[in-house]
Amino acid sequence: MVSDTHMDMNWEYNPAPEKTKVSIAPKNKLFIGGSFVAPKSRSWFATVNPATEEKLADIACAGKADVHAAVLAAKAALPKWSKLSGSVRAKYLYRIARRIQERSRELAILETMDGGKPIKESRDVDLPLVAQHFFYYAGWADKLAYAFPGRETKPVGVCAQIIPWNFPLLMAAWKLAPALACGNTCVLKPAETTPLTALRLAEIIQEVGLPDGVVNIVTGAGDTGKFLAEHKNVQKVAFTGSTEVGKMLMRSTAGSGKKLTLELGGKSPNIIFADAAIDQAVEGIISGIYFNQGHVCCAGSRLFVEESILDEVVSKLTHRMRSLRVGDPLDKNTDLGAINSKTQLEIVERYMRTGVDEGAQLHEIHEERLPSRGYWCHPCFFTDVQPSHTIAREEIFGPVLSVMTFRTPQEAIMRANNSPYGLAAGVWTDKGSKIFEIAKDLDAGVLWCNTYNKFDAASPFGGFKESGFGREGGMQGLSPYLQLNNQKVNN
Amino acid sequence: MSRLTVPKTFKLYIGGKFPRTESGRSIPVENQKGEIVAHICHGSRKDFRDAVEVADKAFATWSSMSAYLRGQILYRMAEMLEGRREEFAAAIQVTQQVTPATAKSEVEASVDRLVCFAGWTDKYQQILGCANPVAGSYYNFTIPQPQGIVVAIAPETPSLLGLVTCIGAPLCCGNSVIAIGSEAHPLATALFGEVCQTSDVPPGVINLITGAQQEFVEHIATHRQVGSVYAANVSKKTRTALEEGAADSVKRVHIRSIDEQSWYDRSIVASPWEIQPFVEMKTIWHPSSC
Repeated sequence: MVSDTHMDMNWEYNPAPEKTKVSIAPKNKLFIGGSFVAPKSRSWFATVNPATEEKLADIACAGKADVHAAVLAAKAALPKWSKLSGSVRAKYLYRIARRIQERSRELAILETMDGGKPIKESRDVDLPLVAQHFFYYAGWADKLAYAFPGRETKPVGVCAQIIPWNFPLLMAAWKLAPALACGNTCVLKPAETTPLTALRLAEIIQEVGLPDGVVNIVTGAGDTGKFLAEHKNVQKVAFTGSTEVGKMLMRSTAGSGKKLTLELGGKSPNIIFADAAIDQAVEGIISGIYFNQGHVCCAGSRLFVEESILDEVVSKLTHRMRSLRVGDPLDKNTDLGAINSKTQLEIVERYMRTGVDEGAQLHEIHEERLPSRGYWCHPCFFTDVQPSHTIAREEIFGPVLSVMTFRTPQEAIMRANNSPYGLAAGVWTDKGSKIFEIAKDLDAGVLWCNTYNKFDAASPFGGFKESGFGREGGMQGLSPYLQLNNQKVNN
Repeated sequence: MSRLTVPKTFKLYIGGKFPRTESGRSIPVENQKGEIVAHICHGSRKDFRDAVEVADKAFATWSSMSAYLRGQILYRMAEMLEGRREEFAAAIQVTQQVTPATAKSEVEASVDRLVCFAGWTDKYQQILGCANPVAGSYYNFTIPQPQGIVVAIAPETPSLLGLVTCIGAPLCCGNSVIAIGSEAHPLATALFGEVCQTSDVPPGVINLITGAQQEFVEHIATHRQVGSVYAANVSKKTRTALEEGAADSVKRVHIRSIDEQSWYDRSIVASPWEIQPFVEMKTIWHPSSC
């Protein structure tokens, strides 16, 4: 028999902070041609721990001349690297994967300090995926001919790779691993607010003896990225970030002949039917929107609930949201860490105000005390949301969920597809035929059926429509980094 | 006494019908002696927008048909073209300086191209898609899906084979197509609608416009209902305009530069890799443990 006394028990967790100390150099230079070099721009910027608002280090801000030097280093390294046998390139990538595994605790802590994400996510999700990505693509380096039968595979050349702040090291891995496996050389630009782990990866690249110039890392803000993408010696631009910047890159590279892949924004629908396993679905909704504070391009930010179960779902969501722990990202029990930056916090808060102003009903929990410093946002959701509401249309990139209802599968599909985005979607139902029909009809590059926010190096990721083009991960992740020429087939 | 002939009025092919251009404009077609032998429609941007409307509706029908049925319809197009080889060969020779043998071989290659794409309708999925061995208890697979409306800017020559190739690739994988045919040699395009209309192609799945290609470029690039563009042998200026305009709605742009002879080579223009630009890869996860 279960006694009622558990109601009175204190379920508070004791603090369980990750205590391992990670050293951070006060000044972090650019990584060009195999060495760390001071920026010719003589300009530096601070990177801040969003959970404490304390400066972690100074970071070099690469100017035009620095970007130029990095591109030239990549260009100089290209002939040798691209002509290495695939099996040798593979072994370099395997070495990188192994060193990442060995240094994963340090990298996870650094990721959490610089970006604000909970240590349990950087430790258990980001870092294992980073290592897997290098390991997976290492194995492709000497097997490219089998991936593209009837086609000659050649590297594209120098790749400009611009990545966001939500999964800093993972995005670096998604960009670098396939590019290197295919014989390209790279210039990577990490996001302004989260440069530290990429620079630590540069150390690993030195440690494993990757030839100088094969990977170059230039830190900076938007201008650095712009100089890089527009550089005339760049043959390929790969970008993950906002749709707005993606469109700018499409315009600036138009007619240049540069190969382009874009992984942009999303407003992904998560559809829950009355015949779903509701408790599991609620877990999926929670992880779909609150994972990484909602700083996820494929976050399930539009929830479509079959009308008959709205009350049940809202009550279970409320209950589950109440149990989420917001706070110190380095605490191993933290579910939601800090919002990545002050700018982003202001954006999220503005959307929340807009939601209320436009007439939606805000549900949030304010029981937990938050640290006095840092950028924090409680997880929340809105009901009474109309499709025309700003919070139902625009990407918020924070822990804010819009709950809407539907009556028929056709209505769910129509409303889910009624968005310029098409990155991911979730479907929850225990009926197999229904799940596959809905999955077929949703305009999204990634379909999570009875699950959400699952990632794997072997699984292609990327969007339909304004969520971009090209795939990262899996065999489909190779072609953006290859020139593929059709060979004569006798038929 | 010689019989007075009945010349054909060439029109556009939009939504399964043969409308005149709403603009009322026409372009005289001269044979190689400089004689005016026909007038073709000088299609307008409004015609293009009309085509987008019908192509959008037709997409749902075409993409939800079984791949087998799409294959049979494309094969039916080949059958219809086969029966009209002479008429098409003659149309090609009106404006193009080619021998009768070359014209004939272009038509025959076009028939064979349709047969080739008919065969691809239920096979490219198995080449482009795959099952993915993820590190967890999930069933994970990647499948190609059509993009919606594809606009094809056909090459000047070969005017029929180029057109058939540019529409065949996006068509066989379930897209609806709007093609802007060869500007210098428009007769094959103007005739081809008759092949489509007699082949069980649902209305709106294929739409053919003749006219001045340049007039459409910006409109094609920026139309938000268009999913992607297939432009063959366009100038650098056109390419830039297409790619810039495409940014408005993150449209896919596939530019191909193909010499005359390569249009005849299936391994260059009718491989599954030429279908790939007109599909989106969708990856589906499902738990495989309970």
